[in-house]
Amino acid sequence: MAIERRPAAACRLPGQKRGITMSVRRITPAGILVAAVVALAGCGSQSTVAPAAAPATPAPTATSAAPALTITDPWVKTAKKGMSAAFGTLVNNTDAEVTVVSAASSLSPKVELHEVVESAGKMVMRPKEGGIVIPPKGTHRLQPGGDHIMLMGVTEAVRPGAEIPFTLTFKDGGTLEFTAVGKDFAGGQENYQPGTDPEGHEGMDMGESHG
Amino acid sequence: MSDPRISRRGLLAGGAVTAAGALAACAPDQAVPAAAPRPARAVPASGGSAVEPFDGAHQAGIATMPQAYGVFVGLDLLPGTDREALGRMMRLLTDDARRLTQGRPALADTEPELALLPARLTVTFGFGPGLFAAAGLADRRPKTVAPLPAFTIDRLKKEWSGGDLLLQICADDALTLAHALRMVVKDARSFARVRWTQRGFRRAAGTHAAEQTQRNVMGQLDGTVNLSPGTPEFDRAVWVREGPSWLHGGTTLVLRRIRAEMETWDAVDRVAKEFTVGRRLDNGAPLTGRDEHDEADFTRLNAIGFPVISEQAHIRRAHVADPGMRILRRVYNYDEGLTPDGRADSGLLFASYQADIARQFIPIQRRLDEADLLNEWTTPIGSAVFAIPPGCSPGGWIGDTLLT
Repeated sequence: MAIERRPAAACRLPGQKRGITMSVRRITPAGILVAAVVALAGCGSQSTVAPAAAPATPAPTATSAAPALTITDPWVKTAKKGMSAAFGTLVNNTDAEVTVVSAASSLSPKVELHEVVESAGKMVMRPKEGGIVIPPKGTHRLQPGGDHIMLMGVTEAVRPGAEIPFTLTFKDGGTLEFTAVGKDFAGGQENYQPGTDPEGHEGMDMGESHG
Repeated sequence: MSDPRISRRGLLAGGAVTAAGALAACAPDQAVPAAAPRPARAVPASGGSAVEPFDGAHQAGIATMPQAYGVFVGLDLLPGTDREALGRMMRLLTDDARRLTQGRPALADTEPELALLPARLTVTFGFGPGLFAAAGLADRRPKTVAPLPAFTIDRLKKEWSGGDLLLQICADDALTLAHALRMVVKDARSFARVRWTQRGFRRAAGTHAAEQTQRNVMGQLDGTVNLSPGTPEFDRAVWVREGPSWLHGGTTLVLRRIRAEMETWDAVDRVAKEFTVGRRLDNGAPLTGRDEHDEADFTRLNAIGFPVISEQAHIRRAHVADPGMRILRRVYNYDEGLTPDGRADSGLLFASYQADIARQFIPIQRRLDEADLLNEWTTPIGSAVFAIPPGCSPGGWIGDTLLT
């Protein structure tokens, strides 16, 4: 897929911070893909909030029982190696803003929070500055073509139906642990991988059969 | 009036649970909206928003009042699809089925709008003989979940027979069904390859009263006598209560593809057609009665001393006296288009559900194989056998009693 296999610096477009060039096909603007993941009530999702370590107290106004943040319908795109991405709908159960500042998974040593934006006529994927903000009592979708949890250098195959653990860390130190289910999904390939690679770089190996 | 006749490939009576009316809408142990003991219609006659329950003691799609459209897909497991992989697959497929049948998009649904009108969608899973071997669980395969014994009338084709995994998807709307099929198969194909796809149809929802018996492509009323969901006879005949405990609450499916020989059937006059079956064509009454549901009198003789209902008439050969030993026929017509010279490729997807294939299905099939006038105009060209696991709880998945 996806992110072209060039030295890291080469991934950046001129004048861009750390952008990574994504598909330039205008056929798949982010907006169209909004529908790809429809937020649904809880089935299959697992979410817990680990109380923040001592100094930082999560979600000031949250009741002690309710987790500050939950995620519904978490899933992760299957991949044999290389890159993958995780999606779902973040739900803020508190009356205060919650900011997710980082993500981690045993699947990859390098997990980033990404956004997809248009820049100079191209859709680019890049780390989301300042993290992902979920408004009070609000939701925020992580979806193909939009904000997502990006996994670089996946160390072992993400197989369909596998349950992959993730941890999100909030600005206040609180965390959310959940498992995302591996799901074959062609869209990510289209989304992150240019259909034609003039320089013949090998695409990321995703979405292939590997039961 | 209970005519305990049972149709052989249902060409005659294969129709349905229609007599059961709305009770058919839900498996007995599942929540029935506005449950009355014998409601005339518990399910809207039509309507895209109508929902069949998914979770429950039994899988939906069996006691469910048959929907207008059905597709059966037989898949072969890919090498390496072992017990662990099967668990992953069935979790994924169950999740798809649970969401889609309730009118919600599948996870990562690529066309989520197509999921919003479930139209009584059901998704039912079955395990063929090869799945047990792949899972290393051959000892838990019911003995008769295996290819049927050969019958002389069979002209089976490989492309319509066998399979390790069954998907049965039914809905009152063809587009809803197409979307569900697409989403479920996308999650199956990392684990299995499609072996065959068999599509069928019944009267469109609302075309006539749900209780009314359907007709098949040969013009026969098909399903006059069938098990009625919600009755003790149904439960006894359909749901497994003995044998491997993982299958309790499940059933078995024999799916036979039966070609109708329409060209030669056209050459038969009306009297002979009725004699072949033992029923009138106009209203389905047995030749010894006046109304469809009159009980057939197999002992009555005509003026010259021969039985009114022939010794080889279909309804006599298919007759099962004990209701608990009958099979549930939930059949679909098929019509796959025309040859260049205008001949039809049509017939019946004869789906027979029973607790025990050896005790219930095979004896009937043997009697029909030995002597049934209708054999002249019907030809079995496909045959597949599956164990249908029980239903699951909201937190469970189909097959969890076997694969965990």
